[in-house]
Amino acid sequence: MPRTGVFLCHCGSNIAGTVNIDQTIEASRNFPGVVHVDEYRYLCSEMGQDIIKKAIEDNNLDRVVVGTCSPRMHENTFRKAAAEAGLNPYLLEVANIREHCSWVHKDMEEGTPKAIALLRAAAAKVALNEALEAPKLEVEKRALVIGGGIAGIQAALDIAEAGYPVDIVEREPSIGGRMAQLEKTFPTLDCSACILTPKMVEAAQHPNINLITYAEVEEVNGFVGQFDVKIKQKARYVDPVKCTGCGICWEKCPAKAPSEFEMGLAKRKSIYVPFAQAVPMVPVIDKETCLYFRKGRCQICEKECPPQAIDYEQQDEIIERRYGAIVVATGFDQMDPSIYGEYGYGQHPDILTGLEFERLFNASGPTGGKVVRLSDGKPPKKVVFIQCVGSRDKARGMNYCSKICCMFTAKQAILLKEKLPDAKSYVFYIDVRTAGKGYEEFQRRAAEEYDVAYLRGQVGKIFPEGDHLVVHGVDSLSGKVVDIKADMVVLSAASIARADAPELGRKIGINTDSYNFFNEAHPKLKPVETHTAGIFIAGACQTPKDIPDTVAQASAAAVKAVGLLSKEMLQGEACTAEVDEAECSGCLHCVAVCPYTAIDAKEIEERYGDGTLKRTVAEVNPALCQGCGSCSAICRSGSINQKGFSNEQILAEVDAICLQR
Amino acid sequence: MRYRYFPGCTLKGQAKNMENTTMAAASALGIELVELEEWQCCGAVYPLYEDELISLLSPVRTLAAAEGEPLVSLCAACHHVLKRAQELMQRNEEARDKVTDYLEIEYKGEGRVLHFLEVLRDDLGFDKLAEMIKKPLEGKKVAAYYGCLLLRPSKVMQFDDPENPTIMEDFIKALGAEVVKSPYRTECCGAYLSVTEEGVARDTVAKILQSARNAGAEALITACPLCRYNLENCAADDGKEPVQVYYFSELLAEALGLQYKQLMAEAKERRRVASDSK
Ligand SMILES: Cc1cc2nc3c(=O)[nH]c(=O)nc-3n(C[C@H](O)[C@H](O)[C@H](O)COP(=O)(O)OP(=O)(O)OC[C@H]3O[C@@H](n4cnc5c(N)ncnc54)[C@H](O)[C@@H]3O)c2cc1C
Ligand code: SF4
Repeated sequence: MPRTGVFLCHCGSNIAGTVNIDQTIEASRNFPGVVHVDEYRYLCSEMGQDIIKKAIEDNNLDRVVVGTCSPRMHENTFRKAAAEAGLNPYLLEVANIREHCSWVHKDMEEGTPKAIALLRAAAAKVALNEALEAPKLEVEKRALVIGGGIAGIQAALDIAEAGYPVDIVEREPSIGGRMAQLEKTFPTLDCSACILTPKMVEAAQHPNINLITYAEVEEVNGFVGQFDVKIKQKARYVDPVKCTGCGICWEKCPAKAPSEFEMGLAKRKSIYVPFAQAVPMVPVIDKETCLYFRKGRCQICEKECPPQAIDYEQQDEIIERRYGAIVVATGFDQMDPSIYGEYGYGQHPDILTGLEFERLFNASGPTGGKVVRLSDGKPPKKVVFIQCVGSRDKARGMNYCSKICCMFTAKQAILLKEKLPDAKSYVFYIDVRTAGKGYEEFQRRAAEEYDVAYLRGQVGKIFPEGDHLVVHGVDSLSGKVVDIKADMVVLSAASIARADAPELGRKIGINTDSYNFFNEAHPKLKPVETHTAGIFIAGACQTPKDIPDTVAQASAAAVKAVGLLSKEMLQGEACTAEVDEAECSGCLHCVAVCPYTAIDAKEIEERYGDGTLKRTVAEVNPALCQGCGSCSAICRSGSINQKGFSNEQILAEVDAICLQR
Repeated sequence: MRYRYFPGCTLKGQAKNMENTTMAAASALGIELVELEEWQCCGAVYPLYEDELISLLSPVRTLAAAEGEPLVSLCAACHHVLKRAQELMQRNEEARDKVTDYLEIEYKGEGRVLHFLEVLRDDLGFDKLAEMIKKPLEGKKVAAYYGCLLLRPSKVMQFDDPENPTIMEDFIKALGAEVVKSPYRTECCGAYLSVTEEGVARDTVAKILQSARNAGAEALITACPLCRYNLENCAADDGKEPVQVYYFSELLAEALGLQYKQLMAEAKERRRVASDSK
């Protein structure tokens, strides 16, 4: 017979207000195996924990039930206390008499019998509990950062500075992300390249950082502390060791393709670096447009390359490496606004997105830094900005606010006025949203000092008329329909998740929200964690955000990763599933339902009559098992038990509640 | 190709010409339009409140009268009301039960509800139509004017892309005329404001006509009697050559080589005789 102690918590009046403590104590004394009962106002306090510890020692208790709040709140607290008193922590059970009882019932008449039933169930279960040992897991002291935008660069730098090696896997030929495409940055208007390039270089030169550019994550296996990752390094066709980045190859290359970096507004060569400050300064050959790959002739780059770094025979390579922690920082995309037929995007060269317009300011951009109409090369006199294109639009776009466009529009309007003092900007908006340090002041400056006209209302139609684009909209504050004869139109297209985010999420085992942004584990309290231990998120891959927020989140993710890497050992899950091989029929339904791919088929040999027989059974890898219980629920023969939640234990609870013994 | 045909009130009066020319064109194209027996007004406007079911009695009775056969109309306003009434009957079971119980009919929202232009595009095909054209309107610069009723709400009407429709332009092309695209082709004509606030309608109409003329159009086609009324009656006389407004079917009849003017005169004559004999 076990020697069980029952401890009741009042939780102030949270529990005691709806559960009659005296009656519950009396009832608890009669549960089978209970030898000691006590209560306290706040059991989770030091005093409360001491009461439990002392009682274990004084009464030789070998089982403990605490009637308190949800185990999600304090199970660990009480298990630790029990362990300090020499009891195996898994011999303690929590009866949730707060969230499951006192908070949902209105008076003691309902609350008291419910609390008694829950405690009786816990006492019945704990009698069958066994001492368990949580396995110790090693931590691979290396981090992986996926995505080399400002988020990934910052996270990698912080992890590297803390002393751990970190690899950045970047899909494009260079790190830098969207920030590399920006001209100046709100709210202080410092030049984006001037603040980003030093960080890119620092990342490249840091002894703890290894850049794997032009590469993608193929597969992630394993678990926190030991993620086994396959990375596909795409063939560059250029030997990065020999290449000096001299640029002769892309100067001489005769083949052209639209530049991704310039949003298609300019051409790049088939052998190219995406932009002048690229890191690493090693070009790649785009096989789709390269004359040699397409037609078998050309090879000019090979002939011209002084260090003979061109290698057409290079193949994609798979890099396999183990990491202790992963930071996902894959950023965002811009929505293609052509679904809004009324704006005519894609039908006229002077109707641009915000990111395209941004490139016109850049000295190395498609117009060499001249803000001109792409149709005729003339500087615009009137530019109309349209906000919330695809944002805050339940019917055709995204429900959310993209958060950055009000600010970058104010920025672009200011930059425009500085470049072209004769130019006038108009901004059609729904609301101007500029929360943030120095943001409101910045936007007011645009309106008050830079002569930017803000019109609250929407645009119904944009169409060319002669040399102009007529913007036909409504100014809802004056109630008037307005027609602006503009020279250029800039659409603040919504910031959206990367198209491949759900696929990447599936590969690495984290989930995405209904807009395909990666989900954080808790919207307030765990903003950089995911539901998978050891995987963190940072930057605009979580939701649209500006650079200050992105950098803050990246550093937060780095701290979490470093905290993990700094641990000698991790405690694994003790309540893992276990297969009774004698009972298992090898149907392998469990393999299909396990979300952690912790179950495999295994061949066993058995004596059968005089000979032996081979048959298949399921085998659980305890290092991968997270104790979710799916397999044990689906097992038809009842041959998978989850430790700490065996069928017998659960049934004992059910009996205790239903039979009212 | 057989269809039930719902004319609607205006086509028997003010817009008789749209009916005459369509009927003549349809028979030339081998399209049989069988007029519903005992039809009544479509309801004229689709109710703004979905629980204002009384306005739906008339269109639902019409829909049911088609007995599941495709139902065609010509007037954009009639088509709009019928199509939307049908969609409500399909979507809202409660409304459907109330209306059909009251009318003592069975109707579950079945049957295709089409505008004649859709018959030409989807069932006959504009390629086929182009082949059957006898007198292509070569050199005639024609702009389409869609107005609102055919296009919106686009999810219900499913007529064409509400921002960048092409059906009327494709139709004009099939007639052999030159397509002129005018930016205000999907703007509202002012609708009933021509009666209550004529000034507003005058402004909208001026924009529509001006933009068509600036784009180089000599003629403009519509499928809506009210649009045509406004375009003709609210237009300012600025001394320039006015843009001619036609029903789409008038140009169709002309391109098919039908003597639609003669048809029109005959119809007028019949009306005169009928009213004289009263
Ligand atoms: C027009 C415009 C103007 C802006 N102006 C400002 C401004 O003035 N000030 C400001 O604070 N913010 C501004 N922003 C916002 C700023 O761009 C973002 O805050 C910032 O870029 C977010 O950084 P990130 O690293 O999270 O994402 P990104 O910059 O998108 O970087 C993500 C990186 O991950 C890589 N990647 C993606 N998928 C994968 C994959 N599967 N595998 C490997 N790598 C992958 C991408 O190639 C990219 O390099 C502006 C945004 C726009 C659109
Ligand atoms: S930031 Fe401004 S423009 Fe962008 S979605 Fe939000 S409100 Fe609209």
